[in-house]
Amino acid sequence: MKTTRLMMGMPITVEIVDASATEAALDAVFDYFRYVDEKFSTYKDASEIMRINRRELDIADASDDMKLIFALAEDTRQETYGYFDIRHKGKIDPSGIVKGWAIYNAAALLAQMGFVNYFVDAGGDIEVCGHNDAGQAWRVGIRNPFAINEIVKVVTLTDCGIATSGTSIRGQHIYNPQSGAESIDDVVSLTVIGPNVYEADRFATAAFAMGADGIHFIESLDGFEGYMIDAHGIATLTSGFGRYVLQEAPA
Amino acid sequence: MSVKRFQRAIPVMLALRKALVPLLAFGSLAACASAPAAQAVANTDWSVTTAKPGQLKDGVYIGPSVSAYYGLVQVQATVQSGRLANVQFLQYPSDRRTSQQINSIVMPYLTQEALKAQSAYVNVISGATLTSEAFAQSLNAALKQASNAL
Repeated sequence: MKTTRLMMGMPITVEIVDASATEAALDAVFDYFRYVDEKFSTYKDASEIMRINRRELDIADASDDMKLIFALAEDTRQETYGYFDIRHKGKIDPSGIVKGWAIYNAAALLAQMGFVNYFVDAGGDIEVCGHNDAGQAWRVGIRNPFAINEIVKVVTLTDCGIATSGTSIRGQHIYNPQSGAESIDDVVSLTVIGPNVYEADRFATAAFAMGADGIHFIESLDGFEGYMIDAHGIATLTSGFGRYVLQEAPA
Repeated sequence: MSVKRFQRAIPVMLALRKALVPLLAFGSLAACASAPAAQAVANTDWSVTTAKPGQLKDGVYIGPSVSAYYGLVQVQATVQSGRLANVQFLQYPSDRRTSQQINSIVMPYLTQEALKAQSAYVNVISGATLTSEAFAQSLNAALKQASNAL
């Protein structure tokens, strides 16, 4: 059972392979994302995060989930030499950590319901569990940042998370790999595979902000692999990334 | 040759202290039925296998202080049994400055490749979110007008 809904400004897709899947299970997942959006959206004036930004609410008086996100964001900031920071130009925008956290929790909700084989995808950050409907590890494509209908790499994953940070808008319209003028330091896309999507997302966000250093940062983390694409259309892989790459000939 | 390589500045983020176990909305539940509960695994040691073991001489080597775009970086590399066993920062800037161009040093164990379109069937695609902040703001404003017009 699979469905896609546009929420939080992006397509969210949930697929449950287990025969016991129900519409109610899918609804529960989307209800959770709606809860997250109401609380953390910087585009909703009435959200808790916007009340904090307008100083109508102090973090000390905020909800448990808000306090949790602030604590996780601070941990991440310290772990990434400040390259991950929810404070931008005097505003607080935690979306770089909320997304992965929310997908993780949505997947945990399905695990709690007893499902084993499913994925939760929000805007290209994905938690994959168990196997696909062919009984194999989930096949995940990495989008070509220069041609959004193409994929440039296929990985097979189970029980882990994958997140991609990047600027595909820029990749679509501004950078042409053939023009060759941009510095090699210009990273247009960085995909991280990690133990779960919360971890993959927060480190992909931080690593992308580091530019060309980001792939080295991912290499330094045990249990994480990365695939970085630069403005010239060259990809750099961490040393263990190859273990995830689909080995079969293309279908 | 090998020793000199590690005496150059390595503008690389090193591995971190162990991250805290994140407390998630549903307690410490795992995202998948058969996965362990969430735990960031960040290695406190940074180790790499060099391409040709034995060409590094054992010892502790201190690199020069080099200006990277975010400040001064100085590393200390420990070689054991001909392999790089540990790298530590002796100097690392605490503030991030505005970036200047730096040369990215791609260590020999990171491979590179040209992009190649894949035709294999996939279940799902990972890519940067296609919506931009400007798009979302614009859409939100339009929807506001629409609801105000009711």
